[in-house]
Amino acid sequence: MRYAMVIDTLKCVGCSDCVVACQTENNIPHGYCRDWITEAVSGSYPNLELELRSERCNHCDNAPCVRCCPTGASHIAEGGIVLVTPDKCIGCGACIESCPYDARYQHPDGYVDKCTFCYHRLKKGQLPACVSVCPTKCMYFGDLDDPNSDVSQLLKNRTYKTLAPEAGTKPHVFYLT
Amino acid sequence: MQEELFTSGRNIPNIDPSLQIWHWPISLYLFLGGLAAGILFFAALFYLLGKEKEYPTAVKTASIVPPIALSIGIMALVYDLTHPLYTWQLYTTFRIESPMSWGAWVLLITTPLSFLWAFSFYRESYPKTESKLKLFKKLKFLARTEHFIISNRKYIAYALIPLSIILGVYTGILLSAFNARPLWNNAILGPLFLTSGLSTGAAAIILLSKSRNERRVFSKIDLALIVIEMALIIHMIMGYYAGSQVQLEAMELLVGGEFTLMFFGFVILLGLLVPATLETIELFGFKVPVVVPAVLVIIGGLLFRFIMVEAGQLTRYLY
Repeated sequence: MRYAMVIDTLKCVGCSDCVVACQTENNIPHGYCRDWITEAVSGSYPNLELELRSERCNHCDNAPCVRCCPTGASHIAEGGIVLVTPDKCIGCGACIESCPYDARYQHPDGYVDKCTFCYHRLKKGQLPACVSVCPTKCMYFGDLDDPNSDVSQLLKNRTYKTLAPEAGTKPHVFYLT
Repeated sequence: MQEELFTSGRNIPNIDPSLQIWHWPISLYLFLGGLAAGILFFAALFYLLGKEKEYPTAVKTASIVPPIALSIGIMALVYDLTHPLYTWQLYTTFRIESPMSWGAWVLLITTPLSFLWAFSFYRESYPKTESKLKLFKKLKFLARTEHFIISNRKYIAYALIPLSIILGVYTGILLSAFNARPLWNNAILGPLFLTSGLSTGAAAIILLSKSRNERRVFSKIDLALIVIEMALIIHMIMGYYAGSQVQLEAMELLVGGEFTLMFFGFVILLGLLVPATLETIELFGFKVPVVVPAVLVIIGGLLFRFIMVEAGQLTRYLY
């Protein structure tokens, strides 16, 4: 089992519904977010290219946050999901410093918080909140080890990229281009 | 042109627009840890070499500094935690890949040893307080402990040599282990912080020493360490120049960017070159008040930690 998320940048309209769904589902404190929309513009007027991306923790295979955690609060759970155990986290900030994606933050209660791929929903057989609300259905979630899953098929048939692959983290959120 | 924006209005405290996770307590700790490591290293080394009488400050008198420095440093570290009631979780595990875990364990062993070291020399280094220690004599347990520590000093010294080196190196590795912060992510930061720590330790010994000969010897040691430190800094900057785009951008903060004056003016010029020149002049027999180069080295070391911690958090991968 290896969970992965695939996001179609050609279908995303940047409505931020995934952001709000996550904040609601996971009770994110006001002013914080576990996922966000990035708008990347390249080229020069009038030949501009626009790419919209819904970004979050990349649940890396080679996760620097897990390596540098001094207590083992940051760990890799079943399916390659990177999780934080609040009762083990001392709030030292090492994982935040180590993340090339700035995907972690200090929760007002002190511990470090981040995207969990909605682990609690997965256990019930549901999709992550962001995926399930997307109005353009540009987000896909599934098991990479299963060759017939949506995500495996999309990565097989489409061109894609990951964010900052040069950081060597082996991210597991893929962007179709 | 390439431009990236968060359109969902992301503005997380301490994360956006640039990290502010580690504040002044971390910089202060990195400095105090290095200083304590330096003094402990010299104390243990010269004790084992049998130079106790020649360099009484390094071995005995200055031994009061590391326990104080480490205590303040540890308080600063805990103060910067956002979930401090769970600090004990550090000691439920040892994570070999986490520099912070190494640091936590090294501190747990080194700090009590530094207290024992200072305690064992208390009577010798501060004989005037002997009369005030009458209570001491009444507590037979304490006197026996003191005797036990004094008779085992050699073993403490043997332990302190590797421990102080690990402590000094780890203050640098703590930063350099993060590949997400290109300014920190170079392997030379460990040796560089160790050298800087030893240099500030030597400077502190010079400040406290009352013996001309000892000050002279430690001036020479400090001069050698400053030369090594300069070489390491040059290598660090060369490494950035030869690095990838993210490292080039990181280096621009120090060379030509907002930290240029602080780095070249205060750390390199006032913290290294001026004290090195003064110490050289002194070696040729001219009179220089020893306080000046020693204080400059210590302030330079402190500023260096502040600059590296602040500037490093401004650097990141862009994608």
